[in-house]
Amino acid sequence: MSLKIIVLAKQVPDTRNVGPDAMTPEGTVNRSALPAIFNPEDLNALEQALRLKDLFPGTTVHVLTMGPGRAAEVIREAMYRGADGGYLLTDRAFAGADTLATSYALATAIKHVCPDADLIIGGRQAIDGDTAQVGPQVAEKLGLNQITYVEEIKSLSNSPLKGGNSGGLEGSGLFITVKRHIDGGVETVESPLPCVLTVNGSAAPCRPRNVKRVMKFKRCLAPMELPQGQGFGDLPYAAEYEKKPYLKLGQLSCADVDADLQQCGLAGSPTKVKNVENIVFKAKESKVLTGSDEDVNGLIKELLNERLIG
Amino acid sequence: MANYYKDISEIKFELEQSPLMPRIVELKERSFEDKDQYDEAPQDYADAMDTYDKVLDVVGDIVANVVAPNAEDVDAEGPHHENGRVRYASKTYENLAAMNQAGLNGMTMPRRYGGLNLPVTVYTAANEIVSAGDAGFENIWSLQDCIETLYCFGSEEQRQKYIPRVCKGETMSMDLTEPDAGSDLQSVMLKATYDEENQCWRLNGSKRFITNGDSDIHLVLARSEAGTRDGRGLSMFIYDKRDGGVDVRRIENKLGIHGSPTCELVYKNAKCELCGDRKLGLIKYVMSLMNGARLGIAAQSVGLSQAAYNEAVAYAKDRRQFGKAIIEFPAVQELISNIKARLDAGRALLYQTARYVDIYKALEDISRDRKLEPEERAELKKYSRLADAFTPLAKGMNSEYANQNGYDCIQVHGGSGFMLEYACQRIYRDARITSIYEGTTQLQVVAAIRYVTNGFYAEVIESLTPESSTFKGELERVLAMTSKFNACTAAVKETGNQDTLDLCARHLYEMAADVIMCLLLMQNAAKSPELFGESLRNYVRLAEAEVEKHNSWIKNTLGE
Repeated sequence: MSLKIIVLAKQVPDTRNVGPDAMTPEGTVNRSALPAIFNPEDLNALEQALRLKDLFPGTTVHVLTMGPGRAAEVIREAMYRGADGGYLLTDRAFAGADTLATSYALATAIKHVCPDADLIIGGRQAIDGDTAQVGPQVAEKLGLNQITYVEEIKSLSNSPLKGGNSGGLEGSGLFITVKRHIDGGVETVESPLPCVLTVNGSAAPCRPRNVKRVMKFKRCLAPMELPQGQGFGDLPYAAEYEKKPYLKLGQLSCADVDADLQQCGLAGSPTKVKNVENIVFKAKESKVLTGSDEDVNGLIKELLNERLIG
Repeated sequence: MANYYKDISEIKFELEQSPLMPRIVELKERSFEDKDQYDEAPQDYADAMDTYDKVLDVVGDIVANVVAPNAEDVDAEGPHHENGRVRYASKTYENLAAMNQAGLNGMTMPRRYGGLNLPVTVYTAANEIVSAGDAGFENIWSLQDCIETLYCFGSEEQRQKYIPRVCKGETMSMDLTEPDAGSDLQSVMLKATYDEENQCWRLNGSKRFITNGDSDIHLVLARSEAGTRDGRGLSMFIYDKRDGGVDVRRIENKLGIHGSPTCELVYKNAKCELCGDRKLGLIKYVMSLMNGARLGIAAQSVGLSQAAYNEAVAYAKDRRQFGKAIIEFPAVQELISNIKARLDAGRALLYQTARYVDIYKALEDISRDRKLEPEERAELKKYSRLADAFTPLAKGMNSEYANQNGYDCIQVHGGSGFMLEYACQRIYRDARITSIYEGTTQLQVVAAIRYVTNGFYAEVIESLTPESSTFKGELERVLAMTSKFNACTAAVKETGNQDTLDLCARHLYEMAADVIMCLLLMQNAAKSPELFGESLRNYVRLAEAEVEKHNSWIKNTLGE
């Protein structure tokens, strides 16, 4: 059994290492002040995909990412770790997309490049937007089952678990069993393939880059990354790009995937940021207590009354 | 995100700034002949350097995010002895898995066996980086280095059998020491006999203090010539754990490098293969093995010094006393700048040595395929001699520095450093072995002293001394140090007394090393004053005092 897997990944500003200039005066993220990284939970997702590839020879893993030219770094990173290749979905028309327009673009691209994908795996959420909406919306737009908060893929089989049912969905005849993280525990669920998984940060960390793959793929570029007006033939080591087609990364524009412009980018985004406010924590009133029994008893009573302790 | 390579600009500098590097790459890549056959092979010099940078980036990432965070647990748990086998501390397996997934094995081996074909210099950098995260784990990982000896002296059949396995992550060990054969390996008694019936060699006896003794592939020094008592009766054997016959009798309980299992081994008629020719085991093969291992310990020591520096600086910035961070007190600053000076000087010596090793090893390798041109033969001879002369300096000095730096790092921590809560105590304990194993510092002196007496170090010093320098004051002082070294050497030689020479040897050795490190650091500082200027000034001050100490010691000793 071999699978076709698409991993959804996003390049994000590293909001975990925030400096004083991380925000613009307008309250938006100052992307130039933060290093761009592979969204952490997307790395967890990639690891789940690569584990399936290890288990089932012939399985292919391709990364799909939407963003400007430099976002292709995410595809290279994934290839260093074991992915077969990827696609950079890039177009001015995609700019300013909220989660709805993003999931529309991604779903449209998947239909175009890999309509027979068995699995679409992404991170639970990106650390810049923190919405956790894109994965589920992609599933909806593709009409697929979705399993969120995945911690581990337990098994793949040709028949549903005892007592399970396919939910009436036509699939590839394969069933996936996963452990998902829920409040206060884990839950094991099963779905027929194809389906969409979003992976939690508590899942296994992604394997490191493999140095031989780094050596092999380090020159991979998407056309969008080339200096303006230049082709692959103008680059240093131009002959390499001729000889090794894998060095040219897949790139898709709005037109390439026949996307409806009205549903892309700003035009397709109902979300509008009206205002961003800084939250300043300030104690409005304060009370000074001594360590006397009287004060301590008083405090306990007050907290009990306000149901802050119980 | 933290990265143990990217965060230390000095390593990248050492890798890229040497005028020897283009030659090393050209020789190692055989003028880039692999480029059409292997997708991962570099196209030219710039491409190769870019690859090295990226490889070390991966190493630095894994060390920062896997190896270093695991170090404390590995140190606390240590390896387990179970049914004659070793089970590593649980997080050691995590470390090994990460290194294997990253493909960081068989680093210097040719591509045709699955290796990465990296120069020794790059491997040395990786070694240093791993050691800065966990020196005990570095031990296990860096034993992959033994494959170099198998590659050099094994048959083609043995190469094809073992090298790909090491490239895939199987571990190695070198089984040399025995209860009565430590520094004196000529006394090795492990018996190797030829089993006529099964057409193979068999090992019987025991070994002690074997690092990673339950490894997959062992190189074993054993007595193949019955009735002999010295080094000429010893041969080198390959023992494959898959064949069985060697058990771990116990694991030693050590002061430091807890992650690395040190084993007592029992050989019970264990099947093995002869590696190379009989009787050359100690004389040729172990010497080669030891030279590689000594460079490895030098790298391990530099890694420990870097770790000591990092911990000392972090603590001194954080800890406040008398109303300010303790790093602001000159007494603390002195401790820290001394650690840094020794670190930078020792590192310069380490990489200079690695580059010399690279050139001669690559030429030696080429000579296995074709006859060398006369100028290549001269080059081989030159760099082989330099490598021989520098290896004991790099190992001896850096291991002593690692100890001193670990000590000073604890001193910066004060009382907290004596408690077991901070990493400095582990660094201090781990550093202690570096000046002992793979030849004590005293044995490094024995290996180096002939280069004092035959004037080779003096020649090297002369060739490294610039006509002029932007660091004029430092240069003058180094010239004065050189004069003292030369005068002491002459005075000791003049006595014509071997005992006097033996007594003064350590002092002469250190004087030579101090001067050489000053000069190497001066070269670095000339290219990058911002990275090395301060260390140069501090190191010259330290070295000058050391040289004067040795000078007066020798004078007074000869005067008695």
